[in-house]
Amino acid sequence: MAESESSAGLGRRTFVTGVVGLLGGIIAAVVGLPAVAYWLGPSLKKQESDAWVPLGPVENIPVDVPTLFSFTRTKQLGWERSATSYGVYVLRAGGQVLALSNVCTHLSCRVTWSPERDTYLCPCHDGHFARDGAIVSGPQPRPLDRFALKIEDGTLFVHIVEA
Amino acid sequence: MAARAFRWLDDRLGLTGIYRTIFDRKIPKVNWAFTLGSATLFLAVLQGVTGVFLTVYYVPHPDQAYESVNYIMTGVPFGWLVRGLHHWGATLMVITVVLHMLRTFFYAAYKYPREITWITGVLLLLVTLGMGFTGYLLPWNQRAYWATTVGTSIAGTVPFVGPIIEQALRGGTDLSTLTLTRFFSAHIWMLPAALLGLVGVHMYLVIRLGISHVPAADE
Repeated sequence: MAESESSAGLGRRTFVTGVVGLLGGIIAAVVGLPAVAYWLGPSLKKQESDAWVPLGPVENIPVDVPTLFSFTRTKQLGWERSATSYGVYVLRAGGQVLALSNVCTHLSCRVTWSPERDTYLCPCHDGHFARDGAIVSGPQPRPLDRFALKIEDGTLFVHIVEA
Repeated sequence: MAARAFRWLDDRLGLTGIYRTIFDRKIPKVNWAFTLGSATLFLAVLQGVTGVFLTVYYVPHPDQAYESVNYIMTGVPFGWLVRGLHHWGATLMVITVVLHMLRTFFYAAYKYPREITWITGVLLLLVTLGMGFTGYLLPWNQRAYWATTVGTSIAGTVPFVGPIIEQALRGGTDLSTLTLTRFFSAHIWMLPAALLGLVGVHMYLVIRLGISHVPAADE
């Protein structure tokens, strides 16, 4: 090895070794760095989205009776679309409108309005919510979630935020 | 410090010895045609790396194969680069393998004592072509589907055993989800395993026997 080293310090062999190492490093970087973005790309994509979903004219909603509105929203995950179904109980009373999620705050079962008992009833663990969503009885930790809502040109919209 | 750490490791692992054996070999006066083997090895490694990354998103199912490849091309950062390298690397690798073989043949480098190197090389050519054949189906587009239909039909023209070969390749009488999954399995497990073993023997022999010189006019 030593005989090819010139007195100037940088021999042919050292030079070639260095160039090969440099080119190898560049090639590894060209493949390796995009690979990191390739792996992380979909993971870091912003998943949260929100939308104002129209539920129809306000005057068509029955007064003083919680009314269920159901709809499905689809979401693109990778190359597949997945659907999430939503249930919103809308209560129109005294000029006020209230939109409650029908997902029980205990373990995410779906609650139903029971006119006889005047409560939202969760069938899973006998949870009861008042018509404004407040806890009446049962194991649930907090009242029913409320959707933000707005009325534009007489049409009711609820604000859906998807995590 | 780094030098001391290296010496400590070298003492135990024999790194310098491995380096000398592999890279500091004595070689005769050769030309650029003798780099074709290394070029092929480089491409094989590149195919392996990019191929592994493609499996992060690829799904070998008729309903999803095309969509997942489409997603790699349009939805994943640098997906086009990873798949592009794999796509063009495959074509290039077939070219370098064939040129490497022609070089060996015309320089008569397959003769004693390098017959086994030649035989493993021929097997490696077949494995490489097999990788190309199985990989071609995986995007599950029209070209892939019909190319495989034609390719497996050609295998079916072999006298007597043709139909058996054709059905063994397809996993039935028709191209189906069974064809896709077995081509995928062959492409990412069986053929690469065969390739790895054969490359190991091939490389061992190259290092053990050294490479032949360019034949002189009077040889």
